[in-house]
Amino acid sequence: MSTAIDVRSVVKHYGTMTALHQVSMAIRDNEFFTLLGPSGCGKTTLLRCIAGFESVSGGDILLYGRDIATLEPNYRPVNTVFQQYALFPHMSVLDNVAFGLKMKGVGLAERRARAGKMLEMVHLSAFADRMPSQLSGGQQQRVALARALAPEPKVLLLDEPLSALDLKLRQAMRVELKTLQEQTGITFIFVTHDQEEALTMSDRIAVMSQGRVQQIGTAREIYEAPNNRFVADFIGETNLLEVEVVTASGGMAEVVLPGGHRLRCAAADTTPGRHHLSIRPERLSIAAEGPLTGTVERVVYLGTDLQLLTRLPDGAPFTLRLQNSARTQVPEPGSTVSLQLEDGAARLLVD
Amino acid sequence: MKGVRHYPGFLILTLGCLLVLYAPLVVVTIYSFNDSSSITSWGGFSLRWYVDVLTGPESARFAAAAWNSITIAVLAATASTAIAVAAALAMIRSGRFRGKSATYALINLPLLVPEIVTAVATLIFFSVIGLTTGYLTILIAHVTFCIPFAYLPIAARLSGIEEVYEQAARDLYATRTQAFWLILLPLMMPGVVSGYLLAFIISLDDFIITNFVKGAGMETLPTAIFGSVKQGIKPNIMAISTVMLAVSVLFVSLSYLVNRIGQKTRT
Amino acid sequence: MAGGVLPPPSNRGGTGWGPLRVPLLIPTWVMIGIFLLLPVLLMAVYSFLTKEFRGGVIWDFTLAAYDQFFFDRGLFGDEPPVIEWTYISIFWRSIWQAGVATLACLLVGFPTAWFIATRAPAQRTVWLFLITIPYWVNLLIRTVSLKFLIRDNGPLNEALIGLGLLDHPLPLVNTNLAVQLGLFYSYLPFMVLPIYAAVERYNFALSEAASDLYAGRWTILREIVLPMVRPGIVAGCILVFVPSLGAFLAPDLLGGAKTYMIGSLIDEQFKGSQGNWPFGAAIAVILMTMVLMVLMAQARAALKGERK
Ligand SMILES: Nc1ncnc2c1ncn2[C@@H]1O[C@H](COP(=O)(O)OP(=O)(O)OP(=O)(O)O)[C@@H](O)[C@H]1O
Ligand SMILES: [Mg+2]
Repeated sequence: MSTAIDVRSVVKHYGTMTALHQVSMAIRDNEFFTLLGPSGCGKTTLLRCIAGFESVSGGDILLYGRDIATLEPNYRPVNTVFQQYALFPHMSVLDNVAFGLKMKGVGLAERRARAGKMLEMVHLSAFADRMPSQLSGGQQQRVALARALAPEPKVLLLDEPLSALDLKLRQAMRVELKTLQEQTGITFIFVTHDQEEALTMSDRIAVMSQGRVQQIGTAREIYEAPNNRFVADFIGETNLLEVEVVTASGGMAEVVLPGGHRLRCAAADTTPGRHHLSIRPERLSIAAEGPLTGTVERVVYLGTDLQLLTRLPDGAPFTLRLQNSARTQVPEPGSTVSLQLEDGAARLLVD
Repeated sequence: MKGVRHYPGFLILTLGCLLVLYAPLVVVTIYSFNDSSSITSWGGFSLRWYVDVLTGPESARFAAAAWNSITIAVLAATASTAIAVAAALAMIRSGRFRGKSATYALINLPLLVPEIVTAVATLIFFSVIGLTTGYLTILIAHVTFCIPFAYLPIAARLSGIEEVYEQAARDLYATRTQAFWLILLPLMMPGVVSGYLLAFIISLDDFIITNFVKGAGMETLPTAIFGSVKQGIKPNIMAISTVMLAVSVLFVSLSYLVNRIGQKTRT
Repeated sequence: MAGGVLPPPSNRGGTGWGPLRVPLLIPTWVMIGIFLLLPVLLMAVYSFLTKEFRGGVIWDFTLAAYDQFFFDRGLFGDEPPVIEWTYISIFWRSIWQAGVATLACLLVGFPTAWFIATRAPAQRTVWLFLITIPYWVNLLIRTVSLKFLIRDNGPLNEALIGLGLLDHPLPLVNTNLAVQLGLFYSYLPFMVLPIYAAVERYNFALSEAASDLYAGRWTILREIVLPMVRPGIVAGCILVFVPSLGAFLAPDLLGGAKTYMIGSLIDEQFKGSQGNWPFGAAIAVILMTMVLMVLMAQARAALKGERK
């Protein structure tokens, strides 16, 4: 598989503030790649550097091997779907979609035909002559998508394109986006701070925080094998326990749990000393005997699940998720329970 | 109890305010249709003074003055609008830079300096550099003091247009020039039109500065009217005044409407 | 790819207009810098030059123009200097006339602005439009119209006599009152607009809170509203006072010899061969200095207010 966009040690300063610290990532051809991270972590900045709206302070951006970091946006075969859509308010839907083709010098008849096709693809053929202000938010969103796809860019950049839509529409658009990506074969770089969105749509995800890449991997990899505390904490829910590492080698470690029990687990870091252990709440169960004991403080009813808030003997909070089925025995608040870990439930993290 | 917004007598004062503002204009408009040659008595409705402006003994003088006024206003409004558009792009779309507040002060300078001072300073300047006062000097002075009037609505409109439209155009392979002409300028249009119209009226209306830099034999409508009025208010002056008044009201209304429409098509 | 033939320009600072800033600003710098700022500075220099008897100047630096403004040295210029009151009193009269006009504008303008700002939004634009239209009508025409209206046997006097309120015409033209009325009429919209802007931002809940705490209507106006909208009032007063100070048309057309103001005094120095350009420049410099002082005082007060 070839690399579509190769971001190499990109640095971006705004005055004294550094928005991107040596960011590197290789985005593969035909991939649905997501940038995920909390607000202000630099996702938009990276996207704008790729699109050319922002110049990089250092590093290279390669598009299929060619350095594009110093090109003006109109010389980059990369198109953007903007968060607020940015449809040209003085042009009809069709003219909006045909704009990129017009700029590329495509003749009137052909660009009308191609723009029409794009509108068909997003199910908006009937709206070709409307003005953008006469469309609903979801329709505008799809026009923005058609407009960015019409010139057949090598890479499509999407900056939180679904954030302005309501929940129902957002869920429908996720499917539609994914289908479009598969149909067109264009590489998508998708920005979001919604992890559910990231996990359901992406081939691979780059988790970012404070201008740095924390981890790149598939949804399963970053969920089940987080590298560090930030990723484990940011993706899904997790319990973080401080533990003493006894021995560690070959990606496995033996650690001492707060109660004194020893546990073998997968490890991202194999240096001895005190480290954090991540245990996913849904990988735990209540058993007659287990390596951990906790006092139940509260039971929260979540519909499909029950959330059990407990406290370990040393006072640390510890959460479990139990499936809400008839067989589940719900402990009374105040009672002490033994907790059993499934295989592979725990993972030792880099700090 | 009528609420804390209500103060007794404020409505009366507001109406009084409008009465003061409009009474002289209304009276002159009415008397411009007076058939009598005396300005004191009403002799019935007629258009004779409008005919007199067009064909009477002073018609040649007024025609020349009107021609000068209109051509100067068109040229000055065009030039100052173009300059104001360029300035607005630099002031609003190019981030912070050294000298920005000084430039801002410079743009507003024509509004801060009293007109009579501008008039004196400009006259002295032209005489020192040896430029004979006439059409050209009036035009230069008008372009200069029209800039802030064109700038204000243009800058206001531009700062309401998000940068993302230009970025979208650039992203879709438009050059900077294409993005400006095809996207930004059409979006700025309401501001540009309203700036142009205001600059046009300001140029058309100016008396004090023009009077200083016009040179001998050169007249614009206001200086011609002023010259006539010195000998007393004659009915033909009222006819001309009414026409100019109508032009001003028309242009301001247009400018206002364009802005309203612009707000409706808000981006 | 688009525009493939030309070597693509390198990208400095994305899509902003930063790279073109200087060429975009050059026309403004040239026009206002060369044709207004430079002339104003040149005017200051000119005020220190020597008058030639035919109305021109000699490039010899002297304080003669300022000396003439402030001191009287007798007919032949050899007596010990005493304060010359002629010009100072013209300035004083200008300040007085402008002050009276400003006060009148404030007394009418504030209620008007308040009234407009408390209408429904759709009505507001109409009222505002009505207030602004006269501003855009030629000042000369407006002043001439006013003169036509208030002259001795003009429509106003006739109407007042017709109604039996007067038995002989009230002579208005050529009085101080006429000039004040002219200035009031010329610049009233300048007072209404900034006060309107301030009142529109005023939070009426403050008035309600004060009213809840037993304050009466006029107490609220004095104690709560006026301090809150003060910046608008100050801006309005300056916008009326400054142009009134240097006004030419109202005193020239509505006043007479007794109501001479700075504008006419300056104008006279540039007329024909009796003119005195350095003296005219000096008067303009003094006027400009006064205006700058007013503006700076306001800027200071505004800065102080912001820091609070
Ligand atoms: N033009 C700018 N000038 C100065 N700082 C900026 C600028 N643009 C972004 N930043 C800063 O860079 C950092 C990264 O911003 P960025 O917009 O990339 O965040 P983000 O990850 O997209 O966040 P969000 O999810 O809120 O959109 C932030 O701290 C932001 O304040
Ligand atoms: Mg963002």
